[in-house]
Amino acid sequence: MTELLKLQGLTKAYPGVIANDDVGFSIAKGEVHALLGENGAGKSTLVKMIYGLTKPDSGAMTLHGASYVPTSPQAARAAGVAMVFQHFSLFEALNVAENVALGMENPPKMKDLANSIREVSQAYGLPLDPNRTVGDLSAGERQRVEIIRCLLQDPKLLIMDEPTSVLTPQEVEILFKTLRQLQSEGTSILYISHKLEEIRSLCDEATILRHGKVVGTCDPRATSARDMAELMVGETLHIPTREAKTSGAELLVVKDVGYAPKSPFGTRLKNLSLTVKAGEVLGIGGVAGNGQDELLSVLSGEARAQSGSVTFQGQNINKFGPNARRALGLLAAPEERLGHAAAPNMSLIENTALTATIRKKLSKNNFINWSKTEGFAKEIIKTFDVRTPSAAAAARSLSGGNLQKFVIGREVMQHPKVLVVNQPTWGVDASAAAQIRQALLDLAAGGAAVICISQDLDELMEISDHFTALNEGRLSPPRTAKGLTVEEIGLMMGGVEETGSAPVTTAGVSA
Amino acid sequence: MIALIKRPQPSKTWVVATPILAVIVTMILGGFLFAAMGKDPFIAIRTIFWDPLFSPDFAAYSRPQLLVKAAPLILIAIGLSLGFKAGIWNIGAEGQYIMGAICGASVGLAFYPMEAWFIFPLMVIAGALGGFLWGLIPALCKTKFNAPEILVSLMLVYFAEQIMIAVSLGALRNPEGNGFPGSRNLAQYASSANPELIAGTGAHWGVMAAFAAVVAAYVLLSKHMLGFQIRVTGESPRAAGFAGINAKGLIIFCLGTSGALAGLAGLFEVTGPAGQITTSFNTGYGFTAIIVAFLGRLNPIGILLAGLLLALTFIGGELAQFMLSLPSASIQVFQGMLLMTLLAMDIFVNYKIVWRKKEVV
Repeated sequence: MTELLKLQGLTKAYPGVIANDDVGFSIAKGEVHALLGENGAGKSTLVKMIYGLTKPDSGAMTLHGASYVPTSPQAARAAGVAMVFQHFSLFEALNVAENVALGMENPPKMKDLANSIREVSQAYGLPLDPNRTVGDLSAGERQRVEIIRCLLQDPKLLIMDEPTSVLTPQEVEILFKTLRQLQSEGTSILYISHKLEEIRSLCDEATILRHGKVVGTCDPRATSARDMAELMVGETLHIPTREAKTSGAELLVVKDVGYAPKSPFGTRLKNLSLTVKAGEVLGIGGVAGNGQDELLSVLSGEARAQSGSVTFQGQNINKFGPNARRALGLLAAPEERLGHAAAPNMSLIENTALTATIRKKLSKNNFINWSKTEGFAKEIIKTFDVRTPSAAAAARSLSGGNLQKFVIGREVMQHPKVLVVNQPTWGVDASAAAQIRQALLDLAAGGAAVICISQDLDELMEISDHFTALNEGRLSPPRTAKGLTVEEIGLMMGGVEETGSAPVTTAGVSA
Repeated sequence: MIALIKRPQPSKTWVVATPILAVIVTMILGGFLFAAMGKDPFIAIRTIFWDPLFSPDFAAYSRPQLLVKAAPLILIAIGLSLGFKAGIWNIGAEGQYIMGAICGASVGLAFYPMEAWFIFPLMVIAGALGGFLWGLIPALCKTKFNAPEILVSLMLVYFAEQIMIAVSLGALRNPEGNGFPGSRNLAQYASSANPELIAGTGAHWGVMAAFAAVVAAYVLLSKHMLGFQIRVTGESPRAAGFAGINAKGLIIFCLGTSGALAGLAGLFEVTGPAGQITTSFNTGYGFTAIIVAFLGRLNPIGILLAGLLLALTFIGGELAQFMLSLPSASIQVFQGMLLMTLLAMDIFVNYKIVWRKKEVV
């Protein structure tokens, strides 16, 4: 196959972080090339450079053997590079054809455009009526508008940024058919994802990024999901040194829980079981979008398990809301700091009242004692070294790391019996992250149980006594974290039983 | 070039300063408007803002009008602000106002001509209940069927208006009214009358209720758990879910309470300033109160001041039409200017303006 795009030594640094460090690979004509990596690995920065949205600090790109220096997305499109973003840029009040016309430099007459949209949509099996209003379309149909907008320009290279994150399994199937057809016609596709099974079923070649560097390339069809996960994770896993503690009493028992989220893009939890004992840290790994948010909400009480049972110290708490669970001692800290764990425009004092009124007795006869609340807020700020001008500062004015310290501190200082955290150190600087992990370990040492859901395997290996992984809403059987090898972790994250063979199903459809 | 930079937190100084600044800016802009129409701008502004309260010739009549007009606006706006703060949009206060008046009046008329102390209190309860139940309809449609409360509450206004016309012509029509539509005059029936409590101020029971509502809303929002839950829900529904706030309960509470307060406003109006249910009893207080609620930044004290300010421009505007023969359209333009400047100035609360040199890319 002839070479279409070649990247050499691309480097891009932002203040405090090198997003891409000497990245180089090439994409052949008619190849579906996967770009693989965890959150923050530098995938987005790389495609932004290819699409002309940012300029590399150093390095070079060649397209068709000629130097390629796109200064803007227009220039990239003129050179035959098109991109479908994860978030759509469509006007809901306009119809499909009008939206497509808005993205064109010289749009043809509306009638001709509608006809060509119809032709392209039939040719590629993407049913779409050009006269429908975008506001009425599903997420999958909206993505088709974006794809058809790209196809009308007859691109040589199509970049797709996590296209299946907004799709239902059926829509994924349709999309894959289209992509395969494009490939057979000689269009190259750069496919960004962190869903391994998807990449195995679709891509010819994969480049894996970790911390901004290319850490490996492989043929995904010939490589198991396990091996790719290993490459993504790197071989530098921290070796756990903690002794597993299993002597404590069972605090929280989740048995065969099933839960279907209201959002069509959520992940359904299936027959999920787990047990945590006093003094134990249970680490739950897994790639994003495999049910992490849903698991947290079923445990925090924001959502109710539709089957199975959640038992806390022998009491069935299936029907308990978040506050009833807090009263018992089951606390949680969700992943999203702003807008879920904390209200952005409210002060830290008010955000303290958000979850702490019951356990810290901050209200009497439903009247909030604000001075007592402020006292507790200041205690959190002091103990957890939260850098803020005052307790009255709005949550959104704090940096991510400081707000995260506040959120974790707020829950830890209420002395929970069981604390569930999701991504406790996501986007947090190293020292704050270490502080948060230490707080979780201290909590467990004090006799509480901690459930830590995270995509950072280093973190999980550092603090967990037991390790399990979420895969498509299922939990792998828990293992003692000490002595786990990278290979075994890769298997668990891929949803494979220890003795079973690698699953080769079309991504998402097996659900 | 000028750039707007978001403040880390809303400026407390500007929250207080912007309304004052907005009124001054409106006076200046309005002055130009009136001058362009060939009127003396100073006299025009004085006629609108000063004469209704302090002119020796008119104040005796217009000063009491201030409270009479402001009270229903404030009472309704306080109720609406609770829902608006939580992102629950009751646009149908006008209908709840009408239903409160009809229910309260029906109780009073049922006792006519008996005289007893308990009739008026019973009417007050019936008025609040009427508005409450009318507000509950959109609340239940929202919680049961996820029907948008904006549309349901708004459409119920027109429904309420038809009921009002029907009872004015039918069930509640004054049998001694020579066939004219409209009920007996409740203000002239001692047991149901809502008189001026302090002579020369216009302060009737509705004014007292409005002040009480301001205080109660202030305490609710700043001290009570429910007020906190309302604020969290409006701020971030997902954080509210995490805090264990019952979203459906809050919808029922907010729509029910705003309905009850609007119903009370209707009852105090029909027993006092209006006197009777007629085919044209409602005068738009329920809609104007939406403006009052936002003008007062959904803050109880702000709503109190906004209600008084808006009532003043209504009364002063009428006076200016009458005294200076200004066209009513120009008064509406002036009121529009006031709203526009107030809302435009709002940007200073969350943003600060900085001058900076154009960056070299």
